[in-house]
Amino acid sequence: MLEYRVEIALWAISGIIPFFMLNIWTNNSLNESINISNIMLSRYFLCAFFVRQFSVVWVVFSFEEDSLLGKVSPYLIQPLNPFFRYFTQHIAEQITRFPFALIIAFFFFIFNPESIWIPNLGVLFLSIISTFLSFLIQFLIQSIVACLCFWTEKASSIERLLFIPTLFLSGLLAPVASFPEYVKSWIYLTPFPYLIDFPANLLSGNKTNVFVGISMQILWILLFFQVFRKIWSEGTKKYTAMGS
Amino acid sequence: MNLRKYLKVYTKFLHTSLASELEYKTNILIDLITAILSLIGSIFLLSIFYQNNKSIGGWEFEEALIIQGIYTILNGITNTWFNPNLTEIVKHIREGTLDFVLLKPIDSQFFISLKKINPSGFLEIILGFCLLLICMIINQININLSFLCLSLITMICSIFILYGLWFFICTTTIWFVKTWNAIEVLRSFLYIGRFPLDSFSFTLRIFFSVFIPIAFITTIPSEVFLGVYQLWKILLEVAVATVFLMTSRKFWLFALKSYSSASS
Repeated sequence: MLEYRVEIALWAISGIIPFFMLNIWTNNSLNESINISNIMLSRYFLCAFFVRQFSVVWVVFSFEEDSLLGKVSPYLIQPLNPFFRYFTQHIAEQITRFPFALIIAFFFFIFNPESIWIPNLGVLFLSIISTFLSFLIQFLIQSIVACLCFWTEKASSIERLLFIPTLFLSGLLAPVASFPEYVKSWIYLTPFPYLIDFPANLLSGNKTNVFVGISMQILWILLFFQVFRKIWSEGTKKYTAMGS
Repeated sequence: MNLRKYLKVYTKFLHTSLASELEYKTNILIDLITAILSLIGSIFLLSIFYQNNKSIGGWEFEEALIIQGIYTILNGITNTWFNPNLTEIVKHIREGTLDFVLLKPIDSQFFISLKKINPSGFLEIILGFCLLLICMIINQININLSFLCLSLITMICSIFILYGLWFFICTTTIWFVKTWNAIEVLRSFLYIGRFPLDSFSFTLRIFFSVFIPIAFITTIPSEVFLGVYQLWKILLEVAVATVFLMTSRKFWLFALKSYSSASS
């Protein structure tokens, strides 16, 4: 992974959309109407950036490429589920991304010195856990989509479709607290706010319910894991190697 | 005569790439839904910004919708032409197939920029035009000749600037080989085009007009639509677009000089 330092740095830069959003919010004082102070909002978006950096998943694209090139067949013979291989790849890349994310955070604090804060250890610990859980949810969703490769060749377009609600409803572009009532009434029942909004709120010290959040995350993980197991066993039965 | 040859080649390109894309019919359907959802999503985001404010950076909701419309059209054009073709440069260079392109008896930049077409982007273009039409009714814009000319000119310039940006990033593959993530950076910066430039702080405004002219791409055409344009801005956009187009050509020729085939 360290071989591709520039690549990973660029990847980290490509995640700075939350900062542009923050700029729109504070520059037009839009946050006054939702009762979040400038400082809290900037912390929120910084945390959203962090959570996004450490929960981003691209297993569909790797799996699609591997299955189109016929690399999946040897993986299937191995006694380990191939998704485990992708899982460790993701973890490795997240660790390499950490210093770059810190550098970006450093620049962020230079421009916004008033928003520096140090979360206490308990909060830090809980938010690392919830970020990891958010990563697990997204990893499972994408693995389920990736398994559709067994039926259709291009599963990545389904992933692009799923990415749209993730982008707009997860809180990456605007905190869920700012959403209108008719969306807020049902959104907490979907997995989306637990992907970015919940861990980011937790880490930045905004108001959130820790217990409900983490249990909802675990609930979704269990649910998606069952679906994944089912679709995996169906898919591998359906699978025939290229050329057979 | 030369032009006729290129037109003929282009119709052949259209034919073959449409035929191959239509192999994946469900894909096109899914892309269609994606395009609609993403438009709904960005209007939703815009409505969050406007729920308690009447105007942002001097733009009202109805006016900001015009920017959305233009962004959608340009995004559709990107998805139809730039994205499938220019990302192919990366593949050509990595797999060494650029040699075959260079050997063909037509211009390599022409070939590489227009070979493929992705029909699902058309839908976004149509969606964008529908939104623009609705906006024109809401904002009571009168259509006259000068308006049509100016909007056409600014839109074409935007397309050229966009092409230039994509082309630069993708051509750098000749030196750096892996540029997937540079493309991602460009994509995330282009996202800014959905919002009026005036809604950003001064420093970002400078950044997005001088270093990466994303601001020109959507804001100036929208100003033309609203009739609040300033002539010097349009002239500036034309100048920027010309510079982008000319340098893209120069840059391509320069890059080819440094290109050495895969095993050499």
